Amino acid sequence: MKIKQGSTWRDVPIGGAVLETGTSMEYKTGTWRSQRPVWDAEKCIQCSACWMQCPDMAIKLDEEGKIAGIDYDYCKGCGLCAKVCPPKAGAIVMKLESEGK
Amino acid sequence: MAGVAVEDKKTALRVALTGNDAAAEAFRQVNPDVAAVFPITPQTELMHKFSEFVANGKVSTTLVNVESEHSAMSAVVGSQAAGARSFTATSAAGFALMWEVVYIASGLRLPCVMVVVNRALNAPLNIHCDHTDTMGGRDAGWIQLFSENAQEAYDNVIQAFRIAEHSDVILPTMVTLDGFILSHTQETLELIEDEAVKNFVGEYKPEHYLLNAKEPMTLGCIDLQDWLFEHKRANIEATAKSPQVIRDVAKEFEGISGRSYGLIEAYKTEDAEVVAVALGSTAGTLKETVDVAREKGQKVGAIKIRSYRPFPAEEIIAALSKAKAVAVMDRSIAYGLGGGPVFHEIRSAAYEAGMNIPMVSFVYGIGGRDIAIDHCAGMFDQMQEVASSGKVGVRDRYLNLRD
Repeated sequence: MKIKQGSTWRDVPIGGAVLETGTSMEYKTGTWRSQRPVWDAEKCIQCSACWMQCPDMAIKLDEEGKIAGIDYDYCKGCGLCAKVCPPKAGAIVMKLESEGK
Repeated sequence: MAGVAVEDKKTALRVALTGNDAAAEAFRQVNPDVAAVFPITPQTELMHKFSEFVANGKVSTTLVNVESEHSAMSAVVGSQAAGARSFTATSAAGFALMWEVVYIASGLRLPCVMVVVNRALNAPLNIHCDHTDTMGGRDAGWIQLFSENAQEAYDNVIQAFRIAEHSDVILPTMVTLDGFILSHTQETLELIEDEAVKNFVGEYKPEHYLLNAKEPMTLGCIDLQDWLFEHKRANIEATAKSPQVIRDVAKEFEGISGRSYGLIEAYKTEDAEVVAVALGSTAGTLKETVDVAREKGQKVGAIKIRSYRPFPAEEIIAALSKAKAVAVMDRSIAYGLGGGPVFHEIRSAAYEAGMNIPMVSFVYGIGGRDIAIDHCAGMFDQMQEVASSGKVGVRDRYLNLRD
């Protein structure tokens, strides 16, 4: 039994048991966010400080390992990436979730 | 059919035991995998007795000596989740200290079993019986079975495992017995032979458990706003299905014991104009009083609630069909609401059933205060007036209080 879109209380495994492994990927913690980081590819100097600091592995990399944006499925909006982004670059800024989309 | 079962039960052993020893005897026969032990009056002798069984090799149970009741329930939660049939026992302050983990046991749907030997909660200091401790746990998501005597304590413990582990239920189950009145008083009772209990309870085969290497699983992970509500709703459903399971298990139990149980016991209520309701050992006193009062010509009856959770509203209302007035006896207090919790629940059930008869709350036996036939007879005398006038008068009354 797996929780999916449209599941109700009748479908949930009792006691909150999770009966598969590797399920963290399925839990989209991005819904927790009240602010979202907005990344500007033009300003980014590819220092990777955001990638190293992100506690949720929510900084996306491209095939060459370069910073490619934010994974909003998992980003909780903590703002660490914006904080560590070098001030001269200023490639990540935090915006209200309602304004940032 | 019950008669036949009694005839066949040649090996039944009639013994004299205290309530604590009777419950310990039931646990010995069930032979659970894990027991968590921490002493508290008046429960101590129960686990003391069970520890003897462990030390003497009478059971194969792993006994865990823990440092508090919080740890006792935590150990039970852990071992039950791992896949082991687990139990503990406690009283009053011990139950209060378990509080947090009591909810975890039901939230994680772990069908463990616990005996709570009812005792007052301090302060001022008191080690004697009332129901304040377990009444506090009535919304904790456990099944709660009350026992009238040592025999019922023994019978309830055996049935508790079957009820808790039933696939429609899977909820922790609590058996209560009145501190000292039952726990420390010797009574004669009938034990069922070991093999019959073993077969009745059967093996514990959880569908999912943590030590199953073939099915890795996570239990107790974060739920938050997303799903906790749905999980709690599923618990409501399991509790709603439990009355039928309790009845079915009782029916099967009758086959090996000759003793029948329901959610309630209605005693001479068919034509009763005044009915009194009680839990635990007082139900025995009350039934005795009914006989005395009927000799005086009073048309009275008694209801004993065995299953307090799930609350048997329908059964109680059905047994009140002829009643003109109802007395509800509470061995605990609902501060700020008046009377006791059982009173309010029965009155609520009556409202739903469209029943409008006077109901009076009698709080009694707090801190082990005596409750004897005279007190119950006095209550019936008071209720005659209520029944004939149709008026409640003073709603919140007390028995054997210095007033």
